[in-house]
This record gives sequence, structure tokens and C-alpha cells, in this order.
Amino acid sequence: MSAQNCMCQETGLLVFPCSGGSDVGELSDRVGRTIAKCGQAKMFCLAGIGAHIPGMIESAKAAKRIISIDGCSVSCAKKTLEHAGLKVEAYNLKDLGFEKGKTKVDENSIKSATSKIAGGKIEETVSRTSGGCCTK
Amino acid sequence: MKIEILGIGCSKCKQLTANAEAAIKELNIAAEISKVTDIDKITDYGVMMTPALAIDGIIVAAGKVLSKEDIKKIIPK
Repeated sequence: MSAQNCMCQETGLLVFPCSGGSDVGELSDRVGRTIAKCGQAKMFCLAGIGAHIPGMIESAKAAKRIISIDGCSVSCAKKTLEHAGLKVEAYNLKDLGFEKGKTKVDENSIKSATSKIAGGKIEETVSRTSGGCCTK
Repeated sequence: MKIEILGIGCSKCKQLTANAEAAIKELNIAAEISKVTDIDKITDYGVMMTPALAIDGIIVAAGKVLSKEDIKKIIPK
């Protein structure tokens, strides 16, 4: 068995974007994937939590930290995770200046939102594990 | 009762198996323990972190090695 195939490594940070249908929903997804690609977080499936898949919920409980990224004030990701009994550090793109229906999803907005999130509460994790690529 | 240990066979999986066997022995209940090592079957359960423990097809823990005492509390009497 090779170590790279093992799924038993300690789970640090999980990121759950709302990945909603609006522009800010799309932006949350792109930001989540950007953070995950930097290597300091693992992207996880919010739909699996919403569907009450026991394996997904129990896997999420194994994480040290969980962050949600919502696009708008409805806060579906945060509420879905809390409904499953998970403790969440919640971010909302509305609070970061991105307005639903008026946000262009491009490299600039992705970079800006990622920086605002990665430069906040998860800054320590970013710098410790990845060299802070998300904050550039 | 059917107890499954999900994991591809690392030391944590083996420890969880041993703890489950010990828990069943102490509770003196009839249970069948099996290992699920196929990664496709593991992910079919929605498990992303191993080792995981399933009782009668329901995942009750993932990403951690439950102790014998923890397992005894989870197993329905």
C-alpha cells in the first residue's frame, strides 16, 4: 500500500463553498477551488452534507477546521453545515463587498475574494502550509 | 449485526479492527466483522476519510480510530 493512496492522513481544513446558481455562488465555488488548489485546504461536497450522507458527515467531523463560503445573505452553506451539527467558520461574499447580481466572475474578483478570505482567519493556515499562495 | 471496517489496510485500519473485535467480545454479542478495502466501495459510502466504521450499512465514524469503549457505546444493545 502506498502512502499516497491512503485516506487516513489527518484532515486539517475543509472548505465548503455554497456553489450556488448566482454570480456570487459561482464566485464562492471558484474561491473554494482556488484555496484548495493552493494545498492548504481540501474542497468538500456540500451536497453530500445536505443529503445527510453519513459517510460524508462523519468524514467532515474528522476535520480540524471547517470553513463555509457563501455567496449571499441566505447563507445556505453555513446553515447546511450547522444543520448537520458541524462547527463552521463562516465567510459571506456579501460581507466582503460582492453583491448578488452585480458581480463579475473573473480572475480579478476571484483573486480579490480569495485574498480577503485567506487573509483573514485562515491566514495562519495559509502561510504555514502553502507559502501563502492565496494571499498574493 | 454486521460491522464493517473501511480502509485500505494501514495501521489505523488494523487498530480499529482490533478495537471492534475487542468491543464485540466484551459485549458478548453476535456480530460479523468484515473489511472493506476497495476504494470505490469506500467512496460509495461517502467516506472521504478513513478508517471508518459502519454498523449494518450505516457509517457511524470516519477519519478516526475509535477506542474499544467508544465502539461499545455506539453498538446498539
